[in-house]
Amino acid sequence: MADTENVSGVEIQLDNVTKRYPGSREPAVRDVTMTIPAGKIVILVGPSGCGKTTTMRMINRLIEPSSGTITIGGEDALRLNADTLRRKVGYAIQQAGLFPHFTVAQNISVVPGLLGWERGRINDRVDEMMDLVGLDPAQYRDRFPRQLSGGQQQRVGVARALAADPPVLLMDEPFGAVDPITRGNLQDELLRLQTDLRKTIVFVTHDFDEAVKLGDKIAVLGDQSTIQQYDTPEAILANPANDMVAGFVGAGASLKQLTLLRVRDVDYEDIALTAPADESPATLRQRMIEQNRTYALVLDQRRRPLRWVHVRALSTASSLTGAGTPVGDSVSTQSTLHDALEAILAEGGHAVVTGTRGEYVGMIDITTVTDTIKQLREEHEAGSAAS
Amino acid sequence: MNLFDYVADRWDRLSLQAWLHVSEVVQSTIIAAVLGVLIGVAVYRSPIGSALATALASTILTVPSFALLGLLIPVVGLGATPTVIALVLYALLPITRNTIVGLGGVDPAIRDAARGIGMSRVGVLARVELRLAWPAILAGMRVATQMLMGIAVIAAYAKGPGLGGEVFSGLVRAGSANATNQALAGTLGVVILALLLEAVYFLIARFTVSRGIRG
Repeated sequence: MADTENVSGVEIQLDNVTKRYPGSREPAVRDVTMTIPAGKIVILVGPSGCGKTTTMRMINRLIEPSSGTITIGGEDALRLNADTLRRKVGYAIQQAGLFPHFTVAQNISVVPGLLGWERGRINDRVDEMMDLVGLDPAQYRDRFPRQLSGGQQQRVGVARALAADPPVLLMDEPFGAVDPITRGNLQDELLRLQTDLRKTIVFVTHDFDEAVKLGDKIAVLGDQSTIQQYDTPEAILANPANDMVAGFVGAGASLKQLTLLRVRDVDYEDIALTAPADESPATLRQRMIEQNRTYALVLDQRRRPLRWVHVRALSTASSLTGAGTPVGDSVSTQSTLHDALEAILAEGGHAVVTGTRGEYVGMIDITTVTDTIKQLREEHEAGSAAS
Repeated sequence: MNLFDYVADRWDRLSLQAWLHVSEVVQSTIIAAVLGVLIGVAVYRSPIGSALATALASTILTVPSFALLGLLIPVVGLGATPTVIALVLYALLPITRNTIVGLGGVDPAIRDAARGIGMSRVGVLARVELRLAWPAILAGMRVATQMLMGIAVIAAYAKGPGLGGEVFSGLVRAGSANATNQALAGTLGVVILALLLEAVYFLIARFTVSRGIRG
């Protein structure tokens, strides 16, 4: 399968990992066992103080586990020299943690430098990484972090974390400190990067919406980092494992689910009566009366939707291009069901679905959306009952 | 004889004393900087250690310089040795305190990021923490140097080198020929040298503090 090719990430396995701080009776992290699949984004999400950051920091041993084992790509992380281990694990944190006295280029070249790369190779790599995160090297190379916006600093932080091409990337609320619009852009960019890079990414956040948007899998953590549910976003939204997860998912789970589904995944139907724009109004009217339709959809030569016409408007119209009302919002097969619902509501009950070249392929209405949600919920309930 | 004639006439001796004065102050500052930064690095992670080191250095500063020299002479004799020891001890407080403050002021997130991407402890200290604390350390050295310029005058009491000798002998011979000129030449010389060193510090800061953290 193409899905397993080009994966540069490796699997991370946590086995009975516990962290106990001296002087406190309860462990901060209790007996966590989880597998983080290679090349996937796994989100650790949970309330503040639940130990999610501690759990992540044990993977690169910024915090040493009290007991348990951690293997990264089959290698026992606890046996490696901690500094050597960290050079192979990218690390990006909130507010980027850039070195203020280093330029952008110097910041990005720290890890390649530690690994002893040649100067020329490091320079090329810096340019490559800056291109990757969307910063023009010519303009930004020699700037200092304080001369950058929060979003740009965060990009440099990601570039620094990826500079030595580590198979694993740890991200601790990396987009927590930027404004919502920038955060959205950075999230989109991370997803774009990930389609090329296919790293194993462990991402800590307390924002469940961010988790749903970015995660291939989400681990919802409770106190002491105990795993409440570890599954795909779809499954968690459709069927929260317990009250704690349900509370964390919060209101609007169904709406969030709609952002995960695309129109191409549901059954839209080719139910509209269509007519080419050059058909005469009289013949169309005849067809509509025969088929007992009140509305028809007029398409242009390339079958792109143009207008809706009512049967009564046809008796006086001279051509189809001037009759009726233009088609408002349409949705493509790539759109999320969330966008489709928006269009359906705006259009009054149904929306036109278009294919990749904008051609008419069918109609979607509100019952399609509600049926899909109902069906998903039943599937996941059946799935969890079986397991 | 006015002051200018006096300085022109005694230029050889005065310029040598001025050179010795600057030289002992600068050397003492450098020794104190090395010691102060080492002490700072050793204690800055522990609040108790930091408080102890600062208190100790403060205590030294409260001992009058005259008394300290007087106490040192029986132990190490006269000349440059007691002078340098006294100057180094006095310079320790501003340098140690500023090192501790500077290192303590480094954003923990930056330290965490440095460790997280695989810098060794020594690497973090040398490439990140000390570089970020450097403006504070340099400010401490600057205060120390200015202070030592004055204290080095007192060191003439222990027969130390420098312009102090001019000031002292001018004051002792008050009333006789050129006594005022001699004291004045020594005093003004110290002031001028202090201003010159101030300019040197400005240049050092300009060339050694990264533009990314310059105020």
